[in-house]
Amino acid sequence: MFPTIHRDVVCTFCGCLCDDLEVTVEGGRIRGVDNACELGAHKFTTEGRLKAPIRRRGGVWGEETYTAAIERAAEILLDADRPLLYGWSGTCGEAQSVGVQLAEILGGVIDATTSVCHGTSILAIQEVGHPGCTLGQVKNRADVILYWGCNPIEAHPRHMSRYTTYTDGFFLGNSHRDRTVIVVDIRRTDTAQVADEFIKIKPGGDYAVLSALRAMVRGKDDMIPPTVSGVSRQQLRRVAAICKSAQYGALFFGMGLTQTGGKYKNIRNAIELVDELNRHTKFTLTPMRGHFNVYGFNEVCTWMTGYPFAVDFSRGIAWYNPGETSAVDLLARRECDACLVVASDPAAHLPRSAVAHLADIPLVQLDPYPNATTAFAEIQIPVAVTGIDAEGTAYRMDGVPIRTRKILDLGYPDDRTVLQQMLERIREAKGR
Amino acid sequence: MTELLIRNACVIDPINGIRGETMDILIRDARIVESVSGRAEVIDAAGCLTLPGGIDSHTHICGTKVNFGRYMMPEDMRAGRTARQGGMHATSGYSVPTTFGNSYRYSAMGYTTVLEGAMAPLEARHTHEEFSATPLQDTMANTLFDGNWAVMEAVKENDVKRAAAIVGWTLSAVKGFAIKLTNPGGTEAWGWGKNVECIHDPVPHFEVSPIEIVTALVRANELLHLPHSVHLHCNRLGVPGNAWCTVDTFRHIPDLNPERQSLYATHVQFHAYGGSSWKDICSRADLVARAVNDRPQIVMDMGQVMFGKTTTMTADGPMEFNLYRLHHNKWSNHDVELETGSGIIPVYYSRKSTVNCVMWAVGLELALLTRSPWQCLLATDNPNGAPFVKYPEIIGLLMSRKYRDAELATLHPEAERRIALPAIDRELDWNEIAVMTRAGQAKALGLLPLGKGHLGPGAAADLAIYPVRIGEIDPSAEYRRVIEGFRQTLYTVKRGRVVSREGRVVVEGDNSTIWVKPRISEEYDMGRDPEFAKKFARYYTVRMGNYPVQEAYIRRSICIETEAEL
Ligand code: SF4
Repeated sequence: MFPTIHRDVVCTFCGCLCDDLEVTVEGGRIRGVDNACELGAHKFTTEGRLKAPIRRRGGVWGEETYTAAIERAAEILLDADRPLLYGWSGTCGEAQSVGVQLAEILGGVIDATTSVCHGTSILAIQEVGHPGCTLGQVKNRADVILYWGCNPIEAHPRHMSRYTTYTDGFFLGNSHRDRTVIVVDIRRTDTAQVADEFIKIKPGGDYAVLSALRAMVRGKDDMIPPTVSGVSRQQLRRVAAICKSAQYGALFFGMGLTQTGGKYKNIRNAIELVDELNRHTKFTLTPMRGHFNVYGFNEVCTWMTGYPFAVDFSRGIAWYNPGETSAVDLLARRECDACLVVASDPAAHLPRSAVAHLADIPLVQLDPYPNATTAFAEIQIPVAVTGIDAEGTAYRMDGVPIRTRKILDLGYPDDRTVLQQMLERIREAKGR
Repeated sequence: MTELLIRNACVIDPINGIRGETMDILIRDARIVESVSGRAEVIDAAGCLTLPGGIDSHTHICGTKVNFGRYMMPEDMRAGRTARQGGMHATSGYSVPTTFGNSYRYSAMGYTTVLEGAMAPLEARHTHEEFSATPLQDTMANTLFDGNWAVMEAVKENDVKRAAAIVGWTLSAVKGFAIKLTNPGGTEAWGWGKNVECIHDPVPHFEVSPIEIVTALVRANELLHLPHSVHLHCNRLGVPGNAWCTVDTFRHIPDLNPERQSLYATHVQFHAYGGSSWKDICSRADLVARAVNDRPQIVMDMGQVMFGKTTTMTADGPMEFNLYRLHHNKWSNHDVELETGSGIIPVYYSRKSTVNCVMWAVGLELALLTRSPWQCLLATDNPNGAPFVKYPEIIGLLMSRKYRDAELATLHPEAERRIALPAIDRELDWNEIAVMTRAGQAKALGLLPLGKGHLGPGAAADLAIYPVRIGEIDPSAEYRRVIEGFRQTLYTVKRGRVVSREGRVVVEGDNSTIWVKPRISEEYDMGRDPEFAKKFARYYTVRMGNYPVQEAYIRRSICIETEAEL
């Protein structure tokens, strides 16, 4: 059998959503992946999927048919008074859309991994807005790039080569020399090593540094003390000047800013800095979204419910109040009595108190692979991987929607199909 | 075979010259026919005003910036919530409702077809995804070319055919309906935080002027034989004194198509101001209406502003930033590589603001001073001027001088000196309203061949039955009854099925998306053009192979194929 080479394949690992991969398939298996970074290539070549749904009865795992597993999952959700439908960042928009409908008909709560990564960015955006752009704007125009509280070399390995520092753009013929890269972090990361300017701030000092920069951009630098959170006034002055005189600046930020002290206020301050800079030049801001389609969940959930995450349907209407309706809080209060986890691994990522509750309630998991959460599940239903053996829509970190490809057929149903079948059962049971 | 018989309807159908006749409407399999069998379902419309389904020729209901409007404004979402009921999904939102919210509310008002006013090609997939969750209206999307690098390069070379080829390729790729130009050239300039002043100001780095882009694309549009004309949001939106820029633009538009206009100018209210600053802004609707009266090649929509809360969203990024600096509430911006941009801010139009009062009057003046209702269509540029749920009030204002006077009495006293509205007596009649809300749209958009906008045999069975008895109401005096009547249909019928009854949606719905595919010779096929492909690969961040919107995104596709002269 000859190998088939698929071109322009979309990598469904991180929020960069690189769409230029070349994947070689031979004999129903992936033999090679070109153009991807290590993280992406690993995703395409990982093995060890479950063969069929599994169910635990009295502490013992046994295989189930899809029909029986779906039936039981629907029963669990129907029996619950306050079901939580969590995860969603590793699947396509079409499946997320069925997820929202499930939450709606069940009167449950739907939330995504967003609420523990960029949920704070959303709260800030809801207060002050978001001056943003697509990544190609940065690639073609930006002569100043700031990475704040993120380390793309490790988390988004092709970000700098595809969109920023190392790629030539229409107005920048010699990318690396034409651009100034500034990294702000609490430690000298790999990304900081390649920056023109590294601002090392004390942990928790982001807010103060952002405020100082804002004041300087407004021309009030005489108010700034000699050091701010470990950063010298001199350096701040230099950086403010670089930003102000940029032709086009782009600020990227990650969890180093969203999940540290100050949380959403940090982001608000960053947005207001960018907003201020727009009075002098053009400046934009982009959250470095982690999972390949976590932003897609925010989009889908918004057009269906009006809110990007943490939506509670228990009142019939869509009710949004992060802190009350977000997964961690709901679990920590031991409020929900069943959980459907789709395309994520809460047991590995949520705080202990939340995970403890997950262990006590019936849990259904849809995932291609077993992970830490599987240990807590009553049922795990293996599904196809979006971008490998299923297609569907994903939203890049800048909001550009891309259709992921299906390059293999391994016979697994995709998330959407399984969720749709659950929805049908539940509709029948509810008589509508 | 489904059949429907609507009895004793009071029909106004401007396209077929029917003005309030009592008649039966017969429907079989989604079309209007001349006879049905005895088994047809019967609706008694006894004396109720029955019109072709409403068509909104310029609204913002689906796509990246609309969704970002929702995303950034939980307060707007809380302002309009309904619970799940029967087959109806829960909805949220007032000025930017959820997709289902938009669809249900439009349907309750008798609207069956809507055109999304602005779709960035690179993000077209998003618009189509939201269309699939807008079940009760047929949809289509204007596609933005205002800052398209490839188009601007072709315009600079004076190569209209190449510009047409690029537009043709893109429209087919993104499943778009028409060419949209929003502040042409200005959105590219905004890539550097700048703008263009008016139509003769050069676009930085591209050595073309806005008017060159507009006129080249007006010609390209005809080479492609697109159903609709170029759909233009003029330069200088919202700036005092911009009426001259608007009229100057109109002056450059040739009359190229005997069937319809060559240019559709959108939300012209925002482009018809006199004065030189916010201090002396005044209405120059007269100037603009006169320009339109003299030129059959131009159709516009009002872009009516109504008082209250709303959200503005437009591809005109620099304009939104300027507005933000005035209001200082919150601001989102989203520039799209090689193509276009956008901005969003919430606003409150206040009766206490002279500027807002002038804006309110300008829209009405445009409609009342334009002689032919076919040339000035009713729209608010939803939600920019106001959410579309305000349409019934606008109808009331157009039909009743008494209502206008009552409203004028509540305005900021300074406003009256700057507007012409108090001196205008004209009151529109039922037929003119039918033109401005459906027949005119169908004609301007080129949808008559699809059977939209009229009720003659063969037409699409999209119609609205309102609880309004035109013989018994004097709209001039009883404008409240007019407003109430247009708020909610007794029945909205789409594709031959009742989709909503007294505001309650009764079916899950299944919309169609209308898009265009010009057939272009190999020589002009951009899909095979090495130069085009090279630049695509170099400057976009997605591969050319991943750019086109797949058929999978379109539920029920109505593809209008044209023979391009290329
Ligand atoms: S940078 Fe992200 S999307 Fe690109 S190949 Fe690596 S993991 Fe995949």
